[in-house]
Amino acid sequence: MLELDTCCKSYRTGAFGSGELLAVRDVSFAVTPGEVVSLIGESGSGKSTIGKMILRLMPTSRGSITFDGMDISTLTGRKLKEYYADVQGVFQDPFSSYNPIFKASHVFAMLRNEYFAGLSSSEWNAKLERSLEAVSLNPGDVLNKYPHQLSGGQLQRMLIARALLLQIRLLVADEIISMLDASTRIDVLNLLGDLKARGLGILFITHDLSLGNYISERTMILRRGRIVEMGATEKVFGNPLHPYTKMLIASVPHLHKKWDQIEREVGASDVLEHVLREERTDEPGDGNGVARLEQAELDHFVALGSD
Amino acid sequence: MSLRVDDLAVYYQSLRGDVKAVDGATFQISDGEIMGLAGESGCGKSTLGKSLIRFDARMRHVAGSVELDGRKLPISDDSKMNAFRFKEVSIIPQYALSALNPTRRIGTMATELLRSRNIEPDTVLPEFKRRLKLVGLDQDVLDRFPIELSGGMKQRVVMVLSSLLDPSLLIADEVTSALDVSTQRAVSELLVEFRDRGFVKSMIVITHDLSVLYQIADTILIMYAGKLAEKAPAETVVTSPRHPYTQLLLSSLPEVGVRYAEKRLSGIPGRPPPLIDPPTGCRFKTRCPLAFAKCDEEPPFASLEPGHLAACWKAEKAEAA
Repeated sequence: MLELDTCCKSYRTGAFGSGELLAVRDVSFAVTPGEVVSLIGESGSGKSTIGKMILRLMPTSRGSITFDGMDISTLTGRKLKEYYADVQGVFQDPFSSYNPIFKASHVFAMLRNEYFAGLSSSEWNAKLERSLEAVSLNPGDVLNKYPHQLSGGQLQRMLIARALLLQIRLLVADEIISMLDASTRIDVLNLLGDLKARGLGILFITHDLSLGNYISERTMILRRGRIVEMGATEKVFGNPLHPYTKMLIASVPHLHKKWDQIEREVGASDVLEHVLREERTDEPGDGNGVARLEQAELDHFVALGSD
Repeated sequence: MSLRVDDLAVYYQSLRGDVKAVDGATFQISDGEIMGLAGESGCGKSTLGKSLIRFDARMRHVAGSVELDGRKLPISDDSKMNAFRFKEVSIIPQYALSALNPTRRIGTMATELLRSRNIEPDTVLPEFKRRLKLVGLDQDVLDRFPIELSGGMKQRVVMVLSSLLDPSLLIADEVTSALDVSTQRAVSELLVEFRDRGFVKSMIVITHDLSVLYQIADTILIMYAGKLAEKAPAETVVTSPRHPYTQLLLSSLPEVGVRYAEKRLSGIPGRPPPLIDPPTGCRFKTRCPLAFAKCDEEPPFASLEPGHLAACWKAEKAEAA
């Protein structure tokens, strides 16, 4: 459905844009219907940039993004609108995603004017109720409220409901539960699981390995704009091959296992040492750019030697 | 006994009435103990931490007392507390990443800070440099501006500065939350090392992330809606919690290894009560699956076993049976 082929994004930095920062390098992957693909990376790894490029909030510098075989960078006017009817994004901070002076019903009404102008009020209301119920919200509870009267979990679910109204086929979920409390975040995560079962493709962007592991079928580990390891989630987590992946997995705080034990199991190098080394090398040398993703086993690719 | 907090109540003043952010907290921390303080946002954990070092303008000390190493802390008296701050009680603030003055080099800032506390910088600067080295920072950070440091480096600078005078109690408020997993682990392990080396006697680590606490804390205190819910050794809280809130909270946390397809976790329905007008009795009763008539009375924060306390009628009953 969605395919990225050697996508790159470079930002201009410094005075007069003299410098160049490669935020995303040669990223290629695909998302198919009914699949959750998680994109895991630390801050500055370019994971949000990839999400924004898919949503056309940002142009790609090189490479192509195709949706159903159609290059999205050339879409304009009506075609672009059709693309957005298929692909929507939800972002990290639910509190700043809404205009605070509009009630929730107004947020949905704007969508109606744009996409469902021909629908009668009763049809629209029924549709709206169905989609709110799909995200386990009670329409009466939320529609007549302002954003500040709703909880973060409710707001985030409303954003998903808004995307569902369009019968989207791909959802770009960028850190959608990082801002939520522990007791409510799992419900939003389970909601993504339900949607997946209905055939929605989801790109789940996160820094939290345990969340990615919980929800996704396929995992990509991103480091400095480059995918260092990708494949079936159980293979990436169960048998990590890249030293960076091992280090990440060894750093995740577990509830029943101490760090030292995990470190021994995964065979990771010393984490503190890694952090210190990372700080000393500000800019990754381009000499390490040669490592390509190579197949290690079925559905498991790793770019060894790119450390 | 290094820290003894007795029935502490701290309210926020607001136009609509008092917000009862910490209501009747009683607990102790022994020497060398790292206590984790966990709970959801708005449960009062940061307020509790802050009240031990500095009241902000809206905070009001309503009841209770705090004793550190046998001396009573004048927590609500801003000027009297100055004698304790930094030397006896110190804090790594929640936004440590922005706690550094952007217009000063790290070295200048440290010197100014020490002077303001009437300490001759030359007497402690060698130790400052030694500790920076210990956390993996070279001497040249002293000549750098905060903007030139990464998040993890800034966090470690603040850690070293906060604990420079070997305080008896160090409060670490969400120090790892804004960091990447690898940096998070490095910083957390340094906290433990600071305790092991005796830079601080005891520590309160405030975070919403229970799994980080399990890694570094000796004991964990769970708060819910301004009340203490449960306190026990870290291992006990994670493996055999007695308070229903702790149990539900733990069961809603995804761990590496748990998969949606195999095991479906569930959240806690509902949301915490408003703290302006909290319900009488147990504050968790509206979301608690075990709630019964007696929950309209407030459960005491009672001892179940040595070192294990919980505020729940059901938890008590289980022990009696």
